[in-house]
Amino acid sequence: MGFLTRFFKSHAAVQQLPAGSLTVNRDGRVVTSTIASGYPQGLLRDIVRDVLLLFRQAREAQMPLAEFSIHFASLRITAREMRGGAVIFLSPHTVPTTPSQPDRL
Amino acid sequence: MESHHKILILDDEAAWLEVNREILSQLPSKPEIRTVNTGTRAVALLDAEPFRLLICDLKMPKMDGLQVLSIVRRRFPELRTVVLTALEDEEFRSRAYALGVDLFWLKTDIQQNPQMFLDCVESLLGRDMETGFRGIQSKSLMDIIQMECLSRSSAVLRITRGPLVARLWIQEGELIDAEAEGARGEAAFRRILAWKSGTFENLSAEPKRERTIFKSVNALLLESAQNIDEAANPTGPESVEEADHRKTIWKLALVAREGAEFVVASSTERQNEVDAWGTQCAGQLAAWTRRVAEVAKRLSDRLEAGPLLYVVGDSVERQVLLLPRDEKSYLVAWPPDAPADQLFEKTKKLVASWDS
Repeated sequence: MGFLTRFFKSHAAVQQLPAGSLTVNRDGRVVTSTIASGYPQGLLRDIVRDVLLLFRQAREAQMPLAEFSIHFASLRITAREMRGGAVIFLSPHTVPTTPSQPDRL
Repeated sequence: MESHHKILILDDEAAWLEVNREILSQLPSKPEIRTVNTGTRAVALLDAEPFRLLICDLKMPKMDGLQVLSIVRRRFPELRTVVLTALEDEEFRSRAYALGVDLFWLKTDIQQNPQMFLDCVESLLGRDMETGFRGIQSKSLMDIIQMECLSRSSAVLRITRGPLVARLWIQEGELIDAEAEGARGEAAFRRILAWKSGTFENLSAEPKRERTIFKSVNALLLESAQNIDEAANPTGPESVEEADHRKTIWKLALVAREGAEFVVASSTERQNEVDAWGTQCAGQLAAWTRRVAEVAKRLSDRLEAGPLLYVVGDSVERQVLLLPRDEKSYLVAWPPDAPADQLFEKTKKLVASWDS
């Protein structure tokens, strides 16, 4: 065992993509969540902050949005506006889920 | 061009009139500067003497600046106008530009950067505006027509190009009649579209005007784009002005053909580089587009979610799709009933054609 640890040093675990949903109020406080409790809370706070920021900035740009989805190569963040707060869905996708999945630009 | 242009400054604060006079006395062209403190006097003076430029405050007793500008735009369409105000509300900026002012400046900005203000005023004094349509800054005639139609407004647009005068009748966002060079209806509209420069003013609506145009503006613009393409001489050299005109019509035709509501293309690096069609809020939308790109990049890095592919948004009025491509981000709006599963492909197609 000592031989193995000497040659195969442990690496930090690969960060998992968040999956599930969370509801936040207008102050950005998480009300309900189905995201794994082990997922870093700091990252969830980043998502919540940016989602609420984008809703607010869309309103300021005279384009109030009821819903938006940010499509990354391996994660989709969908947010639905709820009286100043939001319900946020985090859907990782490592393989195309539908034939019409867009190609990477 | 006159050897010394005349500038009229309108402000109800005597102290500010003096400050302004002092700043403007540094203009290289040494214009004659006159001041007045009421809108009524300003209009009377403009009636009596030719001026090149009016610098106008907004918040004034009795007749406010927007009222003065509204009168000035109708009675003196050749006069350049600058709004100089302490009101920082964006609504006033929009309303002033809608009235056709050439520049909108905040008084605080002038105190911070007087040289830039002087450069802008000097540019306005010297500009003969040989190309483009005066009335709304940096807007083509197609922009103006589309803005009127999008806002579902009713108005008569009077367009002047040297000795030529044309009119367009718009009723609740629909073009109903046109008159130009002895022609009427669609033929007149096509002639107007061929004009590359001119001055326009917005007259009161004439709801009882007989309707002679039954096609949509977009359909007419598409036809005009086709005609211009066919008429273009591929062998002869094309001037920059002609090329810009043709490109503008072509882009409009593209947006109309694809059924998009507007397109805003903004550079991710250079904030001022915005190319937009079909919206009056290009600057704000470009700013939002850049913010989304910043947020997406930050989230992508933090979550290790890979590069941003696109962002899609929904509202009651429209659907929007933001597509990053090379060094630009494109925000394309589609009608609310457009099939959601086709938006990405349609946007990709439109964007691919946009800069080609």
